[in-house]
Amino acid sequence: MKILYCNCTYAKVVPLEVKKDVLRRLSDSGQAFDAVADLCDMSARKDPALNKIASGGCTKIAACYPRAVKWLFHAAGTPVPDEGIKVLNMREDSADNIVRELLT
Amino acid sequence: MTRTEGKNLRVVLYEGPGSTRLEDDERFQTLSTLLDNGFEVTRPVAGQEVAPADDAPVLVLGLLDKHPPATPGQEVHFRSLSDGDPLGAAREVRETTGARKLEAWKPWFPVIDFDRCTNCMQCLTFCLFDVYGVDKQQQITVQNEDNCKTDCPACSRVCPEVAILFPKYGKGPINGDIVKEEDIQREAMKVDISTLLGGDLYGALRTRQRDARKRFSTERDESKALLERKRCLSKLKKDLDIPDEVLMTLPTAEDIEERTARARAKLEKRQAKSQTVRDKQATTTDWGI
Ligand code: SF4
Ligand code: SF4
Repeated sequence: MKILYCNCTYAKVVPLEVKKDVLRRLSDSGQAFDAVADLCDMSARKDPALNKIASGGCTKIAACYPRAVKWLFHAAGTPVPDEGIKVLNMREDSADNIVRELLT
Repeated sequence: MTRTEGKNLRVVLYEGPGSTRLEDDERFQTLSTLLDNGFEVTRPVAGQEVAPADDAPVLVLGLLDKHPPATPGQEVHFRSLSDGDPLGAAREVRETTGARKLEAWKPWFPVIDFDRCTNCMQCLTFCLFDVYGVDKQQQITVQNEDNCKTDCPACSRVCPEVAILFPKYGKGPINGDIVKEEDIQREAMKVDISTLLGGDLYGALRTRQRDARKRFSTERDESKALLERKRCLSKLKKDLDIPDEVLMTLPTAEDIEERTARARAKLEKRQAKSQTVRDKQATTTDWGI
């Protein structure tokens, strides 16, 4: 199972306290993960790294609305499979819930 | 290099054999600083999965005693965190490798929800900046993300299917939140751009683009004309969140208001008609026939 954390660096749409709290607890957890500055930016660049994230088994993604994340991957030419990808929404959900979902 | 070209430097925060484990605070600060400055960071842990290596350049950062093994064929650079600040190291390696440097753009561009899109092409017709195109399968596509005007969600207002997202927009459903029934109702009242532009959509669009550019550059010097137009458009701006620069090239507020009023009347008529059908059905059921 892979974990991807999106820092949403280039806009202030994800509450700062939520994303910092999630990152802090992920960082302290001893869990391996990939963290990207901004998934939107990667999608705009059709970054091949998205392909690696989208393929190869289960992935949990801490970012924003699942519909946005799904179509951002699709726009990059690397659609995510219907099964095995879980998107956690840091715009709406609490850091507690996100971290619990990420680490279990 | 445009804003959407080039490879990113991947930073690997290494704490495995041949290095000293980082304090929790230092690890978090390093991660946070690198991400806030546009770098991508991987934290590998033995026996756990991360995204595999690709051909992007890699910087391995850590309290390194010796260099950990690198993937053959990959450009890998090593810097020890004891040498100084991680951001400085990442910037320096980014320069050396020619990796993409991008610290000041907001990735703002439309993303199409193809579960909803009907390929009607209204967005392509509407956008003056060549953001949209058509792929080999004649399917609408976003082809020039760079051209999109930051913070302008205008085309999403035009889409009759609520199929255009701007993930960095404030409000739903444009930000990717689920589309509710009332959103669809609202979209049904939107400006029908094809009617607005007349019959020959593409011809009209070409002329309009040319005129709009000319008009915008002339009006720039004539502050009075600009002010007048701004006044005229301020209501629309407030309602739709569209920047001035884009508004200057759109139909006037009057045009749009007139079209909206007509669309609303049409919708009300349609709703009244369907209400009548429902009433009839209800009556039928009441009588048990
Ligand atoms: S995917 Fe969502 S959380 Fe990530 S950068 Fe885009 S808007 Fe921000
Ligand atoms: S306006 Fe909406 S439905 Fe029509 S082609 Fe564009 S995205 Fe698809």
